[in-house]
Amino acid sequence: MSSLLRPDIELISEWIRPGSRILDLGCGDGALLAYLRDRRQVSGYGLEIDEDKITRCIQAGVNVIHTDLEAGLSDFDDDSFDYVIMTQTLQAVQHTERLLDEMLRVGREGVVTFPNFGHWKCRLQLALGGRMPVVKTLPHAWYNTPNIHLFTIRDFEQLCRDKGIRLLQCVVLDHAHRFNPGLQFFPNLLGEVALYRLGRP
Amino acid sequence: MITPFPSDSVGLVTPQTLRFDEPLQLDCGRTLPGFELVYETYGSLNANRSNAVLICHALSGDHHAAGYHQPDDGKPGWWDSSIGPGKPIDTRHFFVVCCNNLGGCKGSTGPVSINPDTGKPYGPDFPIVTVRDWVRSQARLADHLGITAWAAVIGGSLGGMQAMQWTIDFPDRIRHAVVIAAAPRLSTQNIAFNEVARQAIVSDPDFHEGHYYEQGVVPRRGLMVARMLGHITYLSDEGMRAKFGRELREGKLNFHFESEFEIESYLRHQGYSFVGRFDANTYLLMTKALDYFDPAADFDNDLTAAFRQARARFLVISFTSDWRFSSARSREIVKALVAANRDVSYAEIPSTQGHDAFLMPIPRYLETFTAYMQRVADEVDTDVFLAQT
Repeated sequence: MSSLLRPDIELISEWIRPGSRILDLGCGDGALLAYLRDRRQVSGYGLEIDEDKITRCIQAGVNVIHTDLEAGLSDFDDDSFDYVIMTQTLQAVQHTERLLDEMLRVGREGVVTFPNFGHWKCRLQLALGGRMPVVKTLPHAWYNTPNIHLFTIRDFEQLCRDKGIRLLQCVVLDHAHRFNPGLQFFPNLLGEVALYRLGRP
Repeated sequence: MITPFPSDSVGLVTPQTLRFDEPLQLDCGRTLPGFELVYETYGSLNANRSNAVLICHALSGDHHAAGYHQPDDGKPGWWDSSIGPGKPIDTRHFFVVCCNNLGGCKGSTGPVSINPDTGKPYGPDFPIVTVRDWVRSQARLADHLGITAWAAVIGGSLGGMQAMQWTIDFPDRIRHAVVIAAAPRLSTQNIAFNEVARQAIVSDPDFHEGHYYEQGVVPRRGLMVARMLGHITYLSDEGMRAKFGRELREGKLNFHFESEFEIESYLRHQGYSFVGRFDANTYLLMTKALDYFDPAADFDNDLTAAFRQARARFLVISFTSDWRFSSARSREIVKALVAANRDVSYAEIPSTQGHDAFLMPIPRYLETFTAYMQRVADEVDTDVFLAQT
């Protein structure tokens, strides 16, 4: 899982209503929650499985709950958060579809970010090189990658359409996680990272 | 100065005893006309009295949580691994208070104390005290020490239950609760184990229905069995196997009923040594306090509603191999706190040491604990904390 970069945090922050209650799935060192707490006065919790990251969250004064996301969100009630956020994690979980369902059960809205496997560099490496792509946003080899569910922006939008999930906002970024208006014309080809705000069916 | 103690020890400590003459109303309906609490303190109280931390002990613990009573003491206090300069509960930052709970046998008023009405030890007539009663008595101690609010109340097992009760009963007097290897209430199985321990004690012919002091005996065998049983629940199967395996003391089977396996001799040793330092009536009381603990009961069995009373922030810690109060029990606490919209962090520490792990210097555990307490210490030092008070 690649770490969360500043531009992503700032973009997500713009989507979050001040004072909201937030659940961050796979919260890492708590950087996003700390930022949202300081800039958006949000309250909430991060869920994390890595013990070093849990300690870093505690050091940052971020509420963190040791959780295995694969086990679902059964400890959280329906409708108990304004937003459930999942950055750079969806592609690394086993039960992707179930976790999406869980996000929108617990949260009134969802925010997800993921690396776009449809980016031209990925396509080129596979089409011409005949090898599994290794790019900045997906830096691992096929045999040691934690990213077990690779998908493209079109794949993701298709899944959301099939499930009736509403796409409320979307931004794609380049490899430096920069916003570039040009990317928005061919997002699935040029975007390396996608950010979505999702609504319930 | 050359000191015989490690540099991260609080060193020599002296217990103090405090007498309270104001009657204490107990949950059982009875009133203690007055009582004494024996306690220890480590570190120093800062000028605005904002750095005090209360340590709550578990079933067989006492006020001697850290340091040494004598220069030649073999062992330090029971939680020395976590209390001292540079340790999670850092005495360079915090004023640490630990008292022996009411009903105890280490100096606070309990069954071995003289009942002023009869001039004889209370024995079995000592009222059954609850976690709420303890918290109430600890609040009196805080009053005496001039502590309006604890920076943190911290405890493992039954001690963690007291920390939770503090947040519910005195929400304005506790800023942080650290709840380690605890449960929101005992399981049926937990109560069953406690009952076997109690039956071992009360069925000992030397128990004399609790009046054994007058007979000049102690229910040694019963208390020993109770402690042996307890010890099994404090360790994990894996930990026992690693430590004792099926090793035979004499290397061969002897076809008799003396202790042959190492685990037998360990449990017997634990039982024997316990009898010398603990009172059977107190053991009965402590197990009852455990059985009765159920903060949700006062709120229509809704733990979330109970925690809505709280204003404290929480750190909850559990250990993977603890089956007495498993991680699932800690997650019940966390779930209720989240539903009540309280600040909480939760860490599950990998360990093979079972329930006892909360007393052990496990690096990952100490690191997590230290990280949290550092935040508490930072708060104590800032005006933000005072503004909240």
